[in-house]
Amino acid sequence: MSDTQLSRGARWFHALAGDSRSAAPVWSGDAPLGDETARFITVVPDPANRFPRATDNVVGLEQGWQLARAVRETIAADAASSTRRPIVAIVDVKSQAYGYREEMLGIHLACAAAVDAYASARDAGHPVIALIVGPAMSGAFLAHGYQANRIVALDAPGTMVHAMGKEAAARVTRRTVEALDALGETIVPMSYSMASFAKLGLLDQLIEGIDADAPDGAQIRRVQQVLCEQISSARTGSRNLSRRLESAAAQKNRAASIEVRRRLAEQWDAV
Amino acid sequence: MSTLASTHAAPLLRDSFIELPARERARSLLDPGTFSELLGPFDRIESPWLPLQGVVCQADDGCVIARGTIDGEPAVIAAIESAFQGGSIGEVSGSKIAAALELALRDCERGKIVRPVVLFETGGVRLQEANLGLAVIAEMQAAIVALRRYVPVVGVIAGMVGCFGGMSLAAALCSYLVVTKQGRLGMNGPEVIEQEAGIEELDASDRRRVWQLIGGEQRAATALADSLVDDDAEAVRAAVRSAFALGVPAAHRSEQVDVFLQRLARIDPASVTPESMREVYSTKQNDNQPRKEQA
Repeated sequence: MSDTQLSRGARWFHALAGDSRSAAPVWSGDAPLGDETARFITVVPDPANRFPRATDNVVGLEQGWQLARAVRETIAADAASSTRRPIVAIVDVKSQAYGYREEMLGIHLACAAAVDAYASARDAGHPVIALIVGPAMSGAFLAHGYQANRIVALDAPGTMVHAMGKEAAARVTRRTVEALDALGETIVPMSYSMASFAKLGLLDQLIEGIDADAPDGAQIRRVQQVLCEQISSARTGSRNLSRRLESAAAQKNRAASIEVRRRLAEQWDAV
Repeated sequence: MSTLASTHAAPLLRDSFIELPARERARSLLDPGTFSELLGPFDRIESPWLPLQGVVCQADDGCVIARGTIDGEPAVIAAIESAFQGGSIGEVSGSKIAAALELALRDCERGKIVRPVVLFETGGVRLQEANLGLAVIAEMQAAIVALRRYVPVVGVIAGMVGCFGGMSLAAALCSYLVVTKQGRLGMNGPEVIEQEAGIEELDASDRRRVWQLIGGEQRAATALADSLVDDDAEAVRAAVRSAFALGVPAAHRSEQVDVFLQRLARIDPASVTPESMREVYSTKQNDNQPRKEQA
């Protein structure tokens, strides 16, 4: 694959971690970050993949299980050490793989295995950071990134988080794409923009001024600096996801999530 | 766990589990007289997002949280109501499940074991609450992974909606899955696959094929679910009780990375069928792994 055809995930993997130790579709490898070593993991297109519905940068059967393997080998490598190395998930995933073989062979379990591995790494004390450089869609993002202690994103065209691709969501909800965009402006969780995702309290930092497709040296150093800050913040914070409900943005736009937890706890203890 | 479904139509009197609404499903799994609902309809915590889109709310947002006991042990059941918005997960319904699991985890960490059961009946994220549906599912998944170190998390997929989308990952994280023949488990529903990949990939109207791919019987035969039961409230209850009696598995299904990568390597994508997959995925020859005692 020539450099001009590299996916964003591949491009950022090269920028931050050099060459991968593993072959497509999951790239994984250790590289210096700040004054320590971090594990970088991303999903890249794999035109020769033996599953024909999983040749793009999507999460299919092999992607799910290989993500789990890459994360678990990192956990195992540090199991006897007092320091747990950071894990950076470089997120550029268009969707999960849509195919009958995928369903038959348990893509739900393959993706769950990746969820399990990332959550276990976080619980074991690895600072897990999701760096969104492209689309972070639906089940693919659940499998690769959404279990992170911290989520950061490039403020660039093409970065987005959503539960369903725009065209498909328009079809299913019987709206036009334009109507869907208009709805996203008033109903925050319906929006595809990273700014709206931040309003839900789910984004820890939007990194501005970066060319996502052709970053220069200064821009790469800026992203590395953000990653270091987030790692250091994650190390001093809780290992669970409770932080997602603590920001001013969450107090405003996730008030119902907070209210459910508060009142359920009251009634739970009264039983 | 064994296959408990009968092979013939049993002429026995039995109460359908599938026909029960979520609240009654939860009640039927708890020890008699112990059912107590938390955040019930009278608490009126409804979706803040549906009214903005002209959709009528339901006072429990389609999710029932019940405390009680199972075999005398404290338990919590999260039951999704398929009759409201197809069991889809919104901010409130999903947060109820996540919060219940988080509270069970808190109790377990304090040494007080609470047995968690999730009754999955859902198409996945509620699209009107898109990103918040996805966010609460991630929180639910985090809670399941943390909780199942202390106590088995038991999932039930009875039908008729089945379990799809991000919630199929939550189901796959459970320690044990109880299914009926009428339950389906898959990440992408057949209609979604047909829409995304074309009718030559999968004809969603070919029901027999869909059941062969993702139906409860196939999931149990390929060890992607643990017990197959009849549509009978007593049979579901018995399967849930047996699951807790087994304790925490030595390795959860979603932790068995090498096992499943090896199985996948033995599959030929060009020729694999639901029948040939059974030979590779069935654990009958090499099962009976040691189980950890329940914490």
